[in-house]
Amino acid sequence: MSERRQLQWAPGIALVWMLGLSCPDAGAADDIRPTGLGKAAAAATIAAQDIAIGPRGTALPPGRGTVSEGAALYASKCAMCHGEQGHEGPDPALVGGQGSLASDSPLLTIGSYWPYATTVYDYIYRAMPFFQPGSLSPDDVYALTAHLLHTNGIVAADAVIDRTSLPAVSMPNRDGFIADPRPDLP
Amino acid sequence: MTTGTDRRTFLQRVRDALGGFAVAGLLPAAARADTTRMQGAAARAYGTRSPHESSVRWLTPSRYPTSTASWTPLGDLAGSITPSALHFERHHGGVPGIDPALHRLLVHGLVTRPLTFSLADLRRFAVVQRQCFLECSGNSYREWQGPGGADVQQTHGLTSSSEWTGVPLRAVLEECGVSAQAGWVIAEGADGAAMTRSVPLAKCLDDVMLAYAQNGEPLRPEQGYPLRLLVPGFEGSISVKWLRRLKLSDRPVYSREETAKYTDLMPDGRAREFTFVMEAKSVITTPSPGQRLALGTGEIRGLAWSGRGCITRVEVTTDDGASWREARLHGPVLPMCHTRFSVPWRWDGAATVIASRCIDETDYVQPTREALRAVRGDHSFYHYNGIQRWRVDDDGGLRNV
Repeated sequence: MSERRQLQWAPGIALVWMLGLSCPDAGAADDIRPTGLGKAAAAATIAAQDIAIGPRGTALPPGRGTVSEGAALYASKCAMCHGEQGHEGPDPALVGGQGSLASDSPLLTIGSYWPYATTVYDYIYRAMPFFQPGSLSPDDVYALTAHLLHTNGIVAADAVIDRTSLPAVSMPNRDGFIADPRPDLP
Repeated sequence: MTTGTDRRTFLQRVRDALGGFAVAGLLPAAARADTTRMQGAAARAYGTRSPHESSVRWLTPSRYPTSTASWTPLGDLAGSITPSALHFERHHGGVPGIDPALHRLLVHGLVTRPLTFSLADLRRFAVVQRQCFLECSGNSYREWQGPGGADVQQTHGLTSSSEWTGVPLRAVLEECGVSAQAGWVIAEGADGAAMTRSVPLAKCLDDVMLAYAQNGEPLRPEQGYPLRLLVPGFEGSISVKWLRRLKLSDRPVYSREETAKYTDLMPDGRAREFTFVMEAKSVITTPSPGQRLALGTGEIRGLAWSGRGCITRVEVTTDDGASWREARLHGPVLPMCHTRFSVPWRWDGAATVIASRCIDETDYVQPTREALRAVRGDHSFYHYNGIQRWRVDDDGGLRNV
């Protein structure tokens, strides 16, 4: 595509954009699509980057982990910030609080608050441990997830967490979220 | 063009003729104050403010300096645009140092053509610019339970307003071909937290921008250099910085930052999710705590903004709500942007309480703390937008009440 064609295309998008504002300026519309910009992304490139794990778990990688493997990892990688039992801190509690959400002292943890078990995997894999993000293998993360779900009383001590079992875990507060009703004041 | 040798010769001739330059440091103090009797400083390649100015962001005390917030000194600023160097920050894994030549944006998922874009690619799309505010939904969180922050920087400093330049996300998504099943765009940053939020596709096709510039120059590192999402009117955390990936999906990803955090717990134990819009809010920035009010003629000034559009009216009380006066709005009044307001006031030296409240184009009226708590209780943490009262003591000092 020539430089001239690029420049002719510019006001088209600008007009579409400005129509969304309350005080649009006038402008001529010339729309040229597609632009031809960007490079095709190979499937392998996408697979290597796709670490977003939604409730269905479709992007979960192969691998597995057990509660006992997770307990050992937790003690060495997590306990110094979240506490040996997962609720002593100093950083946010991960364990406990079930039944507390409507009380005067709600404790928001994985067990009491998080609606999906897949979020535990997603977050640990992308962001934990805080000082070594991205350092854990899928097996490590499956194991830590198993441990945290077990200490919250959600899975049994012999549970194995993998790409099949994780999305099937039912979280206690799964139905605890509602849509935004705002404006909500009388 | 003058060569270096020529220039030195010229300067020597001037010195010979004048018996030397007047150099500020060698003059008596009285002469030093007269800036008309000497040459000033030379031009600078990249500007900085006067050494007499020292206003800075306030950093939230944190065990982890890389996961914290810095707050804009609203009480020291004028106008509607926040200087880039004083724009608030909130990051979850520190500020990454990204080489723009290597940075890529991947768009994939429910699209017909998954594509990667370089910064050079994105700059070739038709440019758009707009001014808008960004406000952290945790701004003013300490005010839920009663007066919290010591001054306006600590009560309201997690909001800032800039002019942003970039590409309409719509243009980039259409280049990739959005599938009919897509309903959400999952945005991911290239920081140590790989910060991830889900954005409704309808909003992305409306007014979301891929921003690469702020206030006329490339984004500051702490604002997402070299590329960020810019979601006008929504809570700040969804404007993902250091943007590296957009995945189109039929459902949200339910990341930690939209489940464990950035959800609003209600008194019945249920929580609101995807509470995006920042509702109308205003605050008096002058006079405010830390400043001292002088007797006689003066002016009350402040900022108002709404995630639902334009501010249409701001009212100010100087008698703790017994009466309200309409303030002047300083244009251009733009949607989803800080709007400066002012109203003249002659202080008679008596103790009182001053406050502002704003109304937006949807006729939403900024509520009181009591009205907010009556509906949302004490533990919703985010989205506090109550009327901010400042107590004026009879010595001209001010306090958060």
